[in-house]
Amino acid sequence: MKVLVPVKRVIDYNVKIRVKGDNTGVETANVKMSMNPFDEISVEEAIRMKEAGTVEEIIVVSMGVQQCQETIRTALAMGADRGIHVKSDEDLEPLAVAKLLKAIVDKEAPELVILGKQAIDDDSNQTGQMLGALLGWSQGTFASKIELDGTTAKITREVDSGLETIEVDLPTIVTVDLRLNEPRYASLPNIMKAKKKPIDEVSPADLGVDTAPRLQTLKVEEPPVRQAGVMVDSVAALVDKLKNEARVI
Amino acid sequence: MAILVIAEHDNTAIQASTLNTVTAASELSGHGAGDVVLLVAGSGCAPAADAAAKIAGVSNVLLADGPPQDNALAENLADLVVGLAGDYSHILAPASTYGKNFLPRVAALLDVQQISEISAVVDSETFVRPIYAGNAMATVKSADATKVITVRTTTFDPASAEGGSGAVEPVDAGSDSGQARFIERTESGGERPELTTARVIISGGRGMGSGENFDLIEPIADKLGAAMGASRAAVDAGYVPNDWQVGQTGKVVAPELYVAIGISGAIQHLAGMKDSKVIVAINKDEEAPIFQVADYGLVADLFKALPELDAELAKIL
Repeated sequence: MKVLVPVKRVIDYNVKIRVKGDNTGVETANVKMSMNPFDEISVEEAIRMKEAGTVEEIIVVSMGVQQCQETIRTALAMGADRGIHVKSDEDLEPLAVAKLLKAIVDKEAPELVILGKQAIDDDSNQTGQMLGALLGWSQGTFASKIELDGTTAKITREVDSGLETIEVDLPTIVTVDLRLNEPRYASLPNIMKAKKKPIDEVSPADLGVDTAPRLQTLKVEEPPVRQAGVMVDSVAALVDKLKNEARVI
Repeated sequence: MAILVIAEHDNTAIQASTLNTVTAASELSGHGAGDVVLLVAGSGCAPAADAAAKIAGVSNVLLADGPPQDNALAENLADLVVGLAGDYSHILAPASTYGKNFLPRVAALLDVQQISEISAVVDSETFVRPIYAGNAMATVKSADATKVITVRTTTFDPASAEGGSGAVEPVDAGSDSGQARFIERTESGGERPELTTARVIISGGRGMGSGENFDLIEPIADKLGAAMGASRAAVDAGYVPNDWQVGQTGKVVAPELYVAIGISGAIQHLAGMKDSKVIVAINKDEEAPIFQVADYGLVADLFKALPELDAELAKIL
């Protein structure tokens, strides 16, 4: 079967975010960008399925500016087969991304789409579920285990109270959580090989999707700063403060 | 037009997350939106609907009771909500795994851009929400006809569970998509509370040195009724499983008391816990960034401090 894996280019998770002075957004110039960590997990899962013989082809999609092709190359170096870059210099909201992905799914006919549960920039946690709804497909979100079995998939989900297992019919949408796997690093020979793998470039217009934003960002601000508190000199003093001052124990 | 809140419940009782979401809805009412209507969808969930009708600020409760709504399968629940959506200007659910699972489907079917995890209501169409795991706060205005919103429960006080006297009105429970089947649910951790709902959390970092050393935290967590967590560094080092991870790539938590043991305080960890009410840090490195956000800091060797902490707590608890 064919698997589609969308990947997003985001500010690296180790970078300290800086809000722009004019409060229009966060500073992205000269900031290290990487693949969204949750998307690395979905790429890894697709590759493991291919290694297990249940998947024949892995198509990676990224949407946004030209440099998204670097993110696609990273996934190709990990082991994906080919890439699609939906080029856009506009900010794409999750609804627009889901519509663009639907257009690609209609064309490529994968039986499975694996996405990160959320991107660590806008923290929306929407795209996979929206894609499922637009396609009329089932979904398994926050997956910590995926077992494919012919025409169905058994998905173990990380929910607030523990773990939930569901069975869904294929084709389906899976969004992945941290515990699913540990993504591999691309080896140097595979990085070289990835340079020869094909990346198709398309535009939202080519896919017939209106990506006009629905949300207007009025401002972006620093969160309230937390004041450093007091240092205590012993465990006994700490327990006393927690009991009698903060009253939390 | 009224506001529809999708209630999280276990068929018999209403979850706390619903009470926080009702508060956000009541704030919307205060900004000119209509009454707050609760939808209780489930199978055998009439007791939960009765409890929902008592929540202060709720005008009435819709009860969708039937097999298709058993176990809150996203496909069925989203279709049910979309069918009811026409009467409402706002549709809200808690930003728990329950709400996050189905509400984006509702938004997509209504052709609406959902607003996720709002932390404040500015007016009936403008909201504040954290981005970059809370390292920035965005104020966004929605141009969509229906506002579809998940609510960050830790930033809204719970509505009172008593005092309301709404009527319970049965509605059709919708149909089963036939695409998904519930198999089982296993509650994690036995006695220990869940990270995302715990009142107290104790986390260990790379300074713990090994997975076995987390045993030193256990008796303390037992005494405080705390959930146990870890930094990404501790997870990456293989000390504890990934689902313990607190941080930007793990769980975002805001307990009343957060105790960080041997955690330096990397940005990615701070993003996941800095909204906690009281933060305690124990670290042998006095330069550790965690002390900049801690209410109470103790520079100490954790292998000495933890047994002492356990003994001190034993005296008072």
